[in-house]
Amino acid sequence: MAGKRKLVLDPAWCKGCGICVAFCPRNALELVGEKAHLKDPNECVLCGQCEQRCPDYAVWLEDLEE
Amino acid sequence: MPSELIHKFMRIDHLPHIWCAGCGNGIIMRDVAVALQELIDDPEVNLNRGKVVVVSGIGCSSRAAGYMDFDSIHTTHGRAIAFATGIKIAHPELEVIVLTGDGDCSAIGGNHLIHAARRNIGLTVVTFNNDIYGMTGGQYSPTTPTGDMATTAPYGNIDRPFDIAQLAAGAGATFTARGSAYHTRETTELIRQGIMHKGFSLIDVYSVCPTYYGRKNHKGGAVEMLQWQKEHMIPAARYYAMSEEEKKGKLLVGTLTHTDFPEYTAEYAKLIERAQAKAGK
Amino acid sequence: MSKKAVLMQGNEACVEGAIAAGMRFYAGYPITPSTEIAEQCAVRLPQVGGKFVQMEDELASMAAVLGASVTGVKAMTATSGPGFSLKQENLGYGCLAEIPCVVVDVQRSGPSTGLPTSPAQGDYMQARWGTHGDHPVIALSPASVQETYRLIIRAFNLSEKYRTPVIFLMDEIVGHMREGVVLPGADELIINKRHISYHDGANKQCYYVPEGQYVPAMKPFGQGERYNITGLAHDVSGFPTGSNAVAGALYTRLMEKIDHNLDDIIRVEEYMLDDADTAVVCFGGTTRAVMSAIQEARAAGMKVGMFRPVTVWPFPEARLRARIHGLKRILVVEHNYGQMLLEVQRVAAERLPVEFLGRFDGTVIPPADILQKLREMEG
Repeated sequence: MAGKRKLVLDPAWCKGCGICVAFCPRNALELVGEKAHLKDPNECVLCGQCEQRCPDYAVWLEDLEE
Repeated sequence: MPSELIHKFMRIDHLPHIWCAGCGNGIIMRDVAVALQELIDDPEVNLNRGKVVVVSGIGCSSRAAGYMDFDSIHTTHGRAIAFATGIKIAHPELEVIVLTGDGDCSAIGGNHLIHAARRNIGLTVVTFNNDIYGMTGGQYSPTTPTGDMATTAPYGNIDRPFDIAQLAAGAGATFTARGSAYHTRETTELIRQGIMHKGFSLIDVYSVCPTYYGRKNHKGGAVEMLQWQKEHMIPAARYYAMSEEEKKGKLLVGTLTHTDFPEYTAEYAKLIERAQAKAGK
Repeated sequence: MSKKAVLMQGNEACVEGAIAAGMRFYAGYPITPSTEIAEQCAVRLPQVGGKFVQMEDELASMAAVLGASVTGVKAMTATSGPGFSLKQENLGYGCLAEIPCVVVDVQRSGPSTGLPTSPAQGDYMQARWGTHGDHPVIALSPASVQETYRLIIRAFNLSEKYRTPVIFLMDEIVGHMREGVVLPGADELIINKRHISYHDGANKQCYYVPEGQYVPAMKPFGQGERYNITGLAHDVSGFPTGSNAVAGALYTRLMEKIDHNLDDIIRVEEYMLDDADTAVVCFGGTTRAVMSAIQEARAAGMKVGMFRPVTVWPFPEARLRARIHGLKRILVVEHNYGQMLLEVQRVAAERLPVEFLGRFDGTVIPPADILQKLREMEG
């Protein structure tokens, strides 16, 4: 179960509210052209807070394919 | 394409939803989905997805029923709890979840809320409480704080607001709790407990409406409004460790009341036995 | 085998007939003169494993009935004028979302609180146009206690068959009348079951109907179908639509499912009408006085008959029109200010004189008044 995971963002679903950016504990996200964007993959600790608070389901953690 | 959870429990063809950017409703709807997933996955509970019915009324909140991939019914304004009562009494084995808003459940539907609470019928009511009528463009609701502005309160609201969870508790609800769009884990857990509770449960979840309430009242955007929740709404473990002085101006995120009282449909089953025994069946 | 007649009140016959039809859920609110229906349901439903609930108000009662019905249970509520007004919004929801149920209105006198214990038939037009927007309506009106028993079964049958709320338009006269009723055996009754299997073909969308048909199948909630019901205009999948074409097609189908099945839905009682030159049109509790007056008129050599819509909505327009050529005049008798009169005028007024005898003061029209009116009309 606890395999490697990655953060996925879907700009098509993002409405650009900035909630994920504001509450990311590592400041790993930013808004680029009103769409959320992972600015520094090394900073992301895969905590999932962005996924939990995204009102539009545009960001989520996904298992890495083997 | 969104996460597995959204794929599994939402009607993906009908998303993205109609709610504004930064609206808290999407966050709360996800909390409901996570709570249901936990109960479906929990081998001790083994919730049957096919027995879950999602009922809503009218308003921004109530569009949620159409997005959630269960048997769902989007009813008339204020009447979700009354429809849900009919569903639950007719088929008590169904897990009936009402998704409603502050106006839907405490203004036009206030009578149904208090009487369902009084009966202690086994419904789980989740309010998406955003302090405003959003769908119609920002009129004051029964939860708009006194002094706040709305399109129908251009000189400031002189009404006193309801605390919906306290209202339900006062009417006899045996499980009441307060959650927030910001506190997703805590809110999800409260919804899970509410569904598990045998009796009427209400989880009053504070949403955010940046478009109307936030803008009218200079509360900033979604981020600032969630920041307010983060600072002023305190999860139970921390809240109860605070001094009375520290609690001033703060709201508990957690269970408000949790009592045992016979559930209505279970009592009705006994009534049927009595009636049939008396009729000599 | 001769069956024994049992003494029964109209309201009681309504409940016993409904239970025979398979009604197993009742939600209501106390209101004169329909309260006996709630009381009898409270006694009888648990005995047959059904559920009775006294809701907090009339709106909730209508809502709970619709909720119960979507789980596959035949459901009913009963009220009188003031409560019928309150039920209207959710009644319209039932029409649009196509949720079968039976709504009994035991009419009483007056607008507002009026004369709560006095008879009237002032809700005839409300039964047709009470809820907002264009919508289909089936309304049946019984004239006796015996007929109440059989007709409420028909109300459930039509409701299930056409997937629509059916209004059972009683009045205080029939509701509180006591008379002997012969209860038919279960084997004599035809009971419609809900059409819960999808129509042929692979299309399992919840509001799908094949070409040439009008009524979608209705799966009960709780069986893993996971479909959506809404009061918004919706497409065949049950989800809201913003398309005028899709909404228009839905509204048209809702009307056509009734309009294209009028022969099945409409029932009329005709009495001594074949050689009549005067037809008295009436419905419900007015009928007995009319029949009595007709008997007296016949004894006096007058050629009078009765045309009584049992299905009061849709109005039996074609049936009345077919009778017009043999008639010289029509008298409409109602306990109101002239409501069915408007329908009769619409159908017949260009061809022959239509006169009216009504009462709306809470008293009952005696046969003598009807007879006198008939004499005046014959001149």
